[in-house]
Amino acid sequence: MLALIPLFPLVGFLINGSWYAFGQTKPGAHKASSGVTGTIATIAIFASFVVSLILFLQLHGMDGEHRMMEQILYPWMTIGKFNVDVGFRLDSLSTLFTLVITGVGTLIHLYSIGYMSHDESPGKFFAYLNLFCFAMLVLVLGANLPLMFLGWEGVGLCSYLLIGFWYQDPAKASAGKKAFIVNRVGDLGFLLGIFLIFTTFGTLDFEILRAGVVNLHQAGFGAPQAITTICLLLFVGCMGKSAQIPLYIWLPDAMAGPTPVSALIHAATMVTSGIYLVSRLNFLYSLSPVALHVMASVGVFTAFFAATIAITQKDIKKVLAYSTVSQLGYMFLACGVGAYTAGVFHVITHAFFKALLFLGAGSVIHGMHEEQDIWKMGGLKKYMPKTFLTFALGWLAICGIPPFSGFFSKDEILWQAFSSEHGSIVFWALGAMTAVMTAFYMTRLFSLTFLGTPRFKTESASSSHGHGHDDGHGHDHGHGHDKSGVHESPVTMTLPLQVLAFLSVVGGLLGIPHLSWLEKWLEPVIPAHEAVASGMAPGMEWVLMGVSVLGAVIGIAVALRMYANLPMVERLGKRFAWLHQLLDNKWYIDEIYEAIIVKPIHAISQFAWKGFDQGFLDRIVMGFGRASEWGGQTARVVQTGSVQIYAFILLLGIALSAGYLIYGMG
Amino acid sequence: MEWVDSHLLTTVVFLPLLWAALGLLIPNTSGESSHKFTRNWTLAGSLLTFLVSISIYGKYTPAGSEFQLREMAEWIPGLGVSYNLGIDGISLWLILLTTFLMPIAVLCSFTAIEARVKEYYFLLLALETAMLGAFVSLDVFLFYVFWEAMLIPMYFLIGIWGGKDRIYAAMKFFIYTLVGSLLMLVAIFYLAYQHQIQFGTFSAALTDLYKLQIPAGGMLTPQCLLFLAFALAFAIKVPMFPLHTWLPDAHVQAPTAGSVILAAVLLKMGGYGFIRIGFPLFPQAVAYFQIPFMILGAIAIVYGAWVAMVQPDIKKLVAYSSVSHMGYVILGLFSLNAIAATGSIYQMLNHGISTGALFLLVGMIYERRHTRQISDFGGITKVMPLFAVAFMIATLSSVALPGTNGFIGEFLILLGAWRTSPGLASISALGVVFGAVYMLWMFQRVMFGPINHAENKDLKDLNGREILTLAPLMVAIFVMGIVPNFFFEKMAPSIDRFLVHAGAQTEKNVVGGVASALPPRPKTLASLIRGIE
Repeated sequence: MLALIPLFPLVGFLINGSWYAFGQTKPGAHKASSGVTGTIATIAIFASFVVSLILFLQLHGMDGEHRMMEQILYPWMTIGKFNVDVGFRLDSLSTLFTLVITGVGTLIHLYSIGYMSHDESPGKFFAYLNLFCFAMLVLVLGANLPLMFLGWEGVGLCSYLLIGFWYQDPAKASAGKKAFIVNRVGDLGFLLGIFLIFTTFGTLDFEILRAGVVNLHQAGFGAPQAITTICLLLFVGCMGKSAQIPLYIWLPDAMAGPTPVSALIHAATMVTSGIYLVSRLNFLYSLSPVALHVMASVGVFTAFFAATIAITQKDIKKVLAYSTVSQLGYMFLACGVGAYTAGVFHVITHAFFKALLFLGAGSVIHGMHEEQDIWKMGGLKKYMPKTFLTFALGWLAICGIPPFSGFFSKDEILWQAFSSEHGSIVFWALGAMTAVMTAFYMTRLFSLTFLGTPRFKTESASSSHGHGHDDGHGHDHGHGHDKSGVHESPVTMTLPLQVLAFLSVVGGLLGIPHLSWLEKWLEPVIPAHEAVASGMAPGMEWVLMGVSVLGAVIGIAVALRMYANLPMVERLGKRFAWLHQLLDNKWYIDEIYEAIIVKPIHAISQFAWKGFDQGFLDRIVMGFGRASEWGGQTARVVQTGSVQIYAFILLLGIALSAGYLIYGMG
Repeated sequence: MEWVDSHLLTTVVFLPLLWAALGLLIPNTSGESSHKFTRNWTLAGSLLTFLVSISIYGKYTPAGSEFQLREMAEWIPGLGVSYNLGIDGISLWLILLTTFLMPIAVLCSFTAIEARVKEYYFLLLALETAMLGAFVSLDVFLFYVFWEAMLIPMYFLIGIWGGKDRIYAAMKFFIYTLVGSLLMLVAIFYLAYQHQIQFGTFSAALTDLYKLQIPAGGMLTPQCLLFLAFALAFAIKVPMFPLHTWLPDAHVQAPTAGSVILAAVLLKMGGYGFIRIGFPLFPQAVAYFQIPFMILGAIAIVYGAWVAMVQPDIKKLVAYSSVSHMGYVILGLFSLNAIAATGSIYQMLNHGISTGALFLLVGMIYERRHTRQISDFGGITKVMPLFAVAFMIATLSSVALPGTNGFIGEFLILLGAWRTSPGLASISALGVVFGAVYMLWMFQRVMFGPINHAENKDLKDLNGREILTLAPLMVAIFVMGIVPNFFFEKMAPSIDRFLVHAGAQTEKNVVGGVASALPPRPKTLASLIRGIE
């Protein structure tokens, strides 16, 4: 039964994929519509959701200690004692992830039917989307590290394929490649971590590893150095997949993909794999305060740094992308102070509200005919009421306004960052400042998009003629809508928005402080830790909560005021032009990487080829050839063909030998 | 049939040559119909050989003796040289790889080769005989004969049907490999002579030579010198850094089928030579040179990837990727443990499959456009979507994506190498990143973006024959990635014996980490914890 969860999307992929490859690629062949292919794909992932739900309910019926299911399909690699199975395991942690992946996944598949309805090759799109879900489910269900790594790289592949989905645009193709390669850098760390785990503990299976580590720890052995190295190496993998400094650079570029992809892969699921990995291996991380501290520091710094960039971005998806990087930083901050549950909690709420925000953005982009610049929007409240309303709920959730879901999870993280034994006031302060910035830039986005007056052409002209579409991803606008051509999206797109909006509002109930269902539920996997370090004043929690809510409210209020008065914003931008420039160019990180990594390696490679291979090695080889040629040419000189000379040389030889025999021996 | 049954290896080895000779006897009515006949005749012969070789798979039992399907006949008794054949679980797969790829190599030549058709196909089959002969020889002299015999058809394949600089490439290929193998011949005679000294008779049979005690201890001892004499020949074939510069030229100039066979089978001769002769005969020398060779392997991985990255020619890029991929093989073999050795042998098969596929694909667009420059392409996915799918799969296999064959090989090699030297394994693992860089960058420039060249607008997608050529490889990529144990099962005892010969530990004896006392897989957590207490 367990294997059915990843199997359904795999079958969906195979159906759509082979149908597309062999039935729809010939010149002039009929392309299947997004309605048909999308329905196949949606059914596949929905079936997987149903199975996930059934298994979740079964797990729910078990008592904590035995709350686990396992299905071993076959041994994958066996060499002597070394064995890696293809097997899946469902426990209280992975079941949450499967529910989110298949649940949010179903909504996004459904949404895509509308979104991709005018695309050239929806069959390919839905095949990839299903393949992604398969890989993601293998990632969370895999019973051992290599199988998880299969999912880990598999989602990277799908991300690559989907970012570069409109491959005819070189920028999009490049963004896909960048994502894959940066992720590979992280995967290198992951791989080395796997190797070190194997040489240290002799197993790659999660449960055996856990039992082994726990036992060894209790017995007083430990390999603190090795464990710290393992944790840091694996965290490098997380930096790649979950877009943390210094490997976050691929995620903003990944917005080149179709918007449902941004919602599913680059916000709700794939990018949270790092948090999953850390939570899965929490028994290791908890033994290494150094690794935890590094993780928390990287996390909080990423959260802060990405938020600064988000403030000035013009592209609606770029703002959301940096916001995702920032929120992922929060999650690592939580894990880094030992509050894995809070991290997982934020994964879930973030999946709801960020998927909602992205799909809302997609609806806006769809309605605005591929316009992504928020400075060219405004006043959309009137044109897209459903999108506006749902987006507003997502906005409040991410800003951390009670009682929306984001408030609970973010507040839990901030509280833990302050109060946990691994926490500190610095972590809390940076986190709280990030929260204020988050409220600010999200309000800026919201205000520029939906409030105020339209900054796009509102003449009726635009609806009558065809628009210029890039990449063949066009929409036709024959049907009558508002005079500007801006329109609300179809029901397959708004329904997922409404469901996600509902979840974004109530999702926080999973983890109400002190009554947290989530904490209890996760206890078999993530042991409850000392929630509060000693010497913490009672009531501190409420004070900090008040401070963070107040900060969010201030952020919102300032942004609302500011962006109601756009000329003032412009003046401000001119006043702080240097800062604006710096943030607008994302701190020039891409350029720095280009200069210190890409260019030197390219130069070395050129030298290795032209200078060493051709200039040095080949010359030696050709030298051998020339030497033998020279030898032959030289030897030829004596081969004159004249018998007299040969006879003379013969005589000379005899004379020399005779002389040697007669005199030399004496 | 009975004769065939008892001489299965001889049958498989000489069937292609015999078939090709028969083909020559058929009267030549010049022209297209004759060519067509030759093509089909050769295809049938290679398919028949493949079918016969499958029966070898059925007959080999991993639990049996070290070498099976033995055949023996006297040849030069004075020197102890005999016609001595046999296979183990390692050569089994290399034989199957060869016979599996041969029909593909034939099929891919159908439209590419228009001139001297009969000679071409004759040489292809003759080459197959020589390659298979080398894999089944249990006599070092016989091995040498087949080893050298491979050179001749390949030399002509490159020199006659090759590209613009074919003569240069063919000569370079010939000189390199010939120079390498001369010392090997001297070493072979020395070994036969040593056997006479130690046991009273000349012998060139491997099973006899394995028993030799060859003085070792330092650089200038017979064992090290002999090892180096063999290693030079093998290293050139692999090719190991820095003896690799013949490869890019030979690959680029060779016709597609030549490149496929060169990459898929000929390069494997080097690794196979190490496994069959180099390691078991000279264990102390191997231990002595372990780290230097691992370093060379690691350099090859990174260096090959870097140089591949800046190639303007797709075929040359794939050729340099071979240098990188074969670096993994050397790294794994010299790690001297079962995990890495299994990975290395698997990597040899993988490389045959995925690089073979890449060369086929390059050949297919070359036939359409008569150029291999990356800059002449761009946006090809649009006009050749099926080609794009196959190319993508081969690319992913080359970058070792989990789920494909490449991952199993690289993962096991690096895992095993880490056990021997974490530092070198870490450096080698950089190949994981650079491999993705050069392959995906190339893929992007060829397949993605807009179509900039008018000539590319009307390219035809794969035809039926081309799909048929690629399909077996595509299937193999996934089968080998998903059920590697199917292949490991037959290899495992042979790999253990190889390690014993080479003086290394097998996986059964290795104590892996502090928790290795744990049971293989616990039923429940509670029972496990009790078990420890």
